[in-house]
Amino acid sequence: MNKKKIYPLAFVWPAVIIFVVLFAVPTVISFYFSFTIWDLKNTVWCGFDNYVMFVKDAALSASVLNTVIYAIFTCGLKVALGFLIAVFLTSNIRTKSFIRSVVFFPTLISSVAVGIMFKAILHPTKGILNTFLSLFGIGNIDWLGNVKLALGSVIAVDVWKGLGIAVVIFIAGIQSIDRSYYESAQIDGASAFSQVRYITLPLCKAARNSVVTLAFIEGIRSFELIWAMTKGGPGFTTDVLASTIYKQYASGYYGLSTAGNVLMLLMVVCLAFPLQKLLNRGGVYE
Amino acid sequence: MSKKKIQKIAGTILGLAGAVILFGIPFYFILVNSFKDRKGANQLTISLPEIFHFENYLEVIQNNNYQLILAFKNSILITLGTVIVLILTGSMAGYVLQRRKDRITGFLSKLVLLGLMIPTAILPTVWVLQKIGIYKTMFSMIMLEAALNISFTIMLYQNFMETIPVELEEAGFIDGASTVKMFRRIIFPLLKPVSATVIIINAVSVFNDFTTPLYFFPGKQNATVQQTLYNYIGQFASSYHLLFADVIVIVIPMLILFLFFNQRIVEGMTAGSVKG
Repeated sequence: MNKKKIYPLAFVWPAVIIFVVLFAVPTVISFYFSFTIWDLKNTVWCGFDNYVMFVKDAALSASVLNTVIYAIFTCGLKVALGFLIAVFLTSNIRTKSFIRSVVFFPTLISSVAVGIMFKAILHPTKGILNTFLSLFGIGNIDWLGNVKLALGSVIAVDVWKGLGIAVVIFIAGIQSIDRSYYESAQIDGASAFSQVRYITLPLCKAARNSVVTLAFIEGIRSFELIWAMTKGGPGFTTDVLASTIYKQYASGYYGLSTAGNVLMLLMVVCLAFPLQKLLNRGGVYE
Repeated sequence: MSKKKIQKIAGTILGLAGAVILFGIPFYFILVNSFKDRKGANQLTISLPEIFHFENYLEVIQNNNYQLILAFKNSILITLGTVIVLILTGSMAGYVLQRRKDRITGFLSKLVLLGLMIPTAILPTVWVLQKIGIYKTMFSMIMLEAALNISFTIMLYQNFMETIPVELEEAGFIDGASTVKMFRRIIFPLLKPVSATVIIINAVSVFNDFTTPLYFFPGKQNATVQQTLYNYIGQFASSYHLLFADVIVIVIPMLILFLFFNQRIVEGMTAGSVKG
């Protein structure tokens, strides 16, 4: 059978053209523009100046570091909590599909809406979180205004919003494990903990790898929640690469903004790709 | 046996309590405050309103000369357009990329998959749109959203194609059906379940997108739902009742989608992630 005749390449071109023109081409030319001073019309070559700024300027270099912190912590928390909740929701408790739905729902809400919601909940003087904590004698905490707490607060909200995907991926992974492993472990008298540790954890490796990669890349790229909650403040303590890209764009530094874009791309390539390789090393039954 | 039962009941109660406190209260908080008057809502408590002020919702809709209506219109048009483009181009591409394995299709598959990971190059995209002459148009928004979501869409279609037996096409080919006819009459109808997933997942992601319109669709006439909501943060800084009413207006469509398509959404989002 002639595959070329039955499956014409013409079917692929519309999708590929959209992708190449509006995604691949801009990505490739971003490298050129990142070496220029640029106003969308004229470019002046400036070598590595834009990149040097990202190292020398305190605000810009803070945004690079914050991006890494943000990605590592949102990813780590989503993986750990997602796994635990998934184990819980695949055990023999009742109402698990209800709980799963409740945990999953925030995934469908826009980041701007979630940002508004939590800005009010975390309000320093009258927010319900502080009202609740005052019952235990803990004083008014400025979750989003304190330079030491702000990044952590936004990370926590990000985890709240994105946890649902991690949970459902882990549940799918756990459900694909052959029940007979657990049955023979129970016959051998293995405790619930060691069943999770030695059967569930290693055998849902594919799910774990997906969650890690997805969450990490999302962490590097994240913008909307941060922008809705803190706009990068107080100071530059919650600025990440994506918010810097927007700020430099808004101030007219298009070349610098694009350099930030390229740095984000490099971060994905240099951190996320090797991370995926590392995770996929070795078989499932290691 | 009874110890197991106690454990089961304790676990259920613990899980329910945790889910309701952590995930229920935030939504409940927004909902009750959206019905209070300005003074009541600004206290940011979780008490029920003394009088339900349903007119808050009317006020939000009428605000800025019915901007929210315009925003819904724009967002729905963009979402609808994007979903149509994605279904048509994604299904055709996924079909051929899964069935025909040669050097070109292998390369194209890998190229498109990069879109799952790599961030958008924002200003160069503006530059490209200006060169083509479609910057700030509804058409460019639809095409951009399609470009951003095409990778995931093609992946979903490719995965689903694996479950469709190739014999169908062989039979169709022997019967002399043209390639277009074969796809339209035989394959596309079989893709219905995954097309439903594609519609829902992409509709949610495009409707909720704040960043893309922020950069590529500026201007008052081009307001989208998320854009409007964001602008209200400043405008309603001391009118939480209105801000929260707006949040509820935007959350409700998602809630309805979720109640009807819960399973489909979860399937779509976990697709391809457990196979390794």
